Amino acid sequence: MAIEVRIPTILRNLTDGSKAVEGKGGTLDELFSDLDTRHPGLRAKLVKDGKLLKFVNVYLNDEDVRFLGGLGTELTDGDSVTILPAVAGG
Amino acid sequence: MRFDSLLDSLGHTPLVGLPRLSPSPDVRLWAKLEDRNPTGSVKDRPALWMIDQAEKDGLLTPGCTILEPTSGNTGISLAMAARLRGYRIICVMPENTSEERRQILRMWGAEIIASPAAGGSNEAVRVAKGLAAEHPDWVMLYQYGNEANARAHYETTGPEILADLPSVTHFVAGLGTTGTLMGVGRYLRERVPDIKIVAAEPRYGELVYGLRNIDEGFVPELYDESVLTTRFSVGASDALRRTRELLGQEGIFAGLSTGGALHAALGMARKAVKAGERADIVFIVADGGWKYLSTGAYEGTLEEAETRLEGQLWA
Repeated sequence: MAIEVRIPTILRNLTDGSKAVEGKGGTLDELFSDLDTRHPGLRAKLVKDGKLLKFVNVYLNDEDVRFLGGLGTELTDGDSVTILPAVAGG
Repeated sequence: MRFDSLLDSLGHTPLVGLPRLSPSPDVRLWAKLEDRNPTGSVKDRPALWMIDQAEKDGLLTPGCTILEPTSGNTGISLAMAARLRGYRIICVMPENTSEERRQILRMWGAEIIASPAAGGSNEAVRVAKGLAAEHPDWVMLYQYGNEANARAHYETTGPEILADLPSVTHFVAGLGTTGTLMGVGRYLRERVPDIKIVAAEPRYGELVYGLRNIDEGFVPELYDESVLTTRFSVGASDALRRTRELLGQEGIFAGLSTGGALHAALGMARKAVKAGERADIVFIVADGGWKYLSTGAYEGTLEEAETRLEGQLWA
C-alpha cells in the first residue's frame, strides 16, 4: 500500500533532496513512523508528544488533517499527503 | 444609494447567485462581491475598523505613522484611509507581489519597504515587527492579531450574508489573516444550526515556503481552529482554473484567491449533491482581477499561466 508524501524544501535534507517519497500505513501516525525508518529524524520534525507541531500543516488530498482525525486520520492506497510549514497571508 | 463620503459607503456588497456553476436547484452557490468596496477588496472592512478602533483607543493621533506588513490589499485599504485621515503609512510587502499592488499603494501615498521573496508574508511580518521595535512611535495595526479585523466581519459581513440569505448552509473564504473566517464564522455559528465554515488556503510555489526552519512558521494570533469545519489547501492550478470558470460561465472577473475559494465551494457542493442534501453555499469574492493582469493569469493556457505564477504570492 503506497501513499505519496510531498516534502517541503526545508525538510529535504532528510530525504536526500527528494521532493516526494512513498510510504505506507493505515493512519497518518503509522505513515510517519514508516517514513522515519528510511528518513531518520523526519518524524521528530512533525510530531511531538503525540501531536502535530503547531507550525506544521499536513494535508490529505488537499484537506487539513487537523479537521479529519489528526494523526489518527485513516489513509488508503493512492492517497496523497502534503507537508507544508504554516505561512501568513493577507 | 447615497453616502456622506467614500468611507461611509463601506460594505453592503451584493450577494449574487451562480446559476451556471451551481450543480442543481437544491445546491446553490452564491458570490459575495467584496470587490465592490471603496478600494476594491474585502480588506476595506478590517482596515477601516482597525483604524477607527486605534483612534478610539488614542493610539492613532493626527500626524502618526502607520506601519503594516501586507501582501497588498490591506495596505491599499489602509493607504486610502490614511490619506483621508492624515496619517503617514509604511507598508512592508514581500517583493514577489504583483506590480499593480505597488503602483496602487504609491498612488495613495504609501511608502513601501520590500521584504525578501523567500518566506513570503512570514518575512514581511518579521521585518515589520523589527521596524516596530526600532520605531516605538510608529503604530502597527497588525492585521494578524488585531481583534478589530475579525470584529469588522462579525459586525458587517456576517449580518449582511444572513440577512440576504437566511437559508445559508456553508460559508467559504480564503484563509490569510483568518479575520474573515473568524468573524463571519462566529457570527453564523451563533445563529445558524449546523453551518459549515470552510477555509481555502492558497498553496504557493516552493520559494514562498523557503523558511530557515520548520519552527519559523507562522499562525496568525486571530486564528481559532474551532470556528472552522474544515480547511483546504488550493494550488495555483485549481485557483486559476476556477477563476477562469467564474469569468467564463458567470461573467465575474475576480482575483486569484477567489478561484481558490470557489474551488473549495464547489467541493462542498459536490459533497452535498452526493449526500442528497440541500445547500446554499456563500463564498467571498475578495477582489477583482485588475491587480493581477500583469501576472498573465487570464491569458494563454492554464499551464502557461501556472508557470508564470510560480514563486509569486498570487493570493
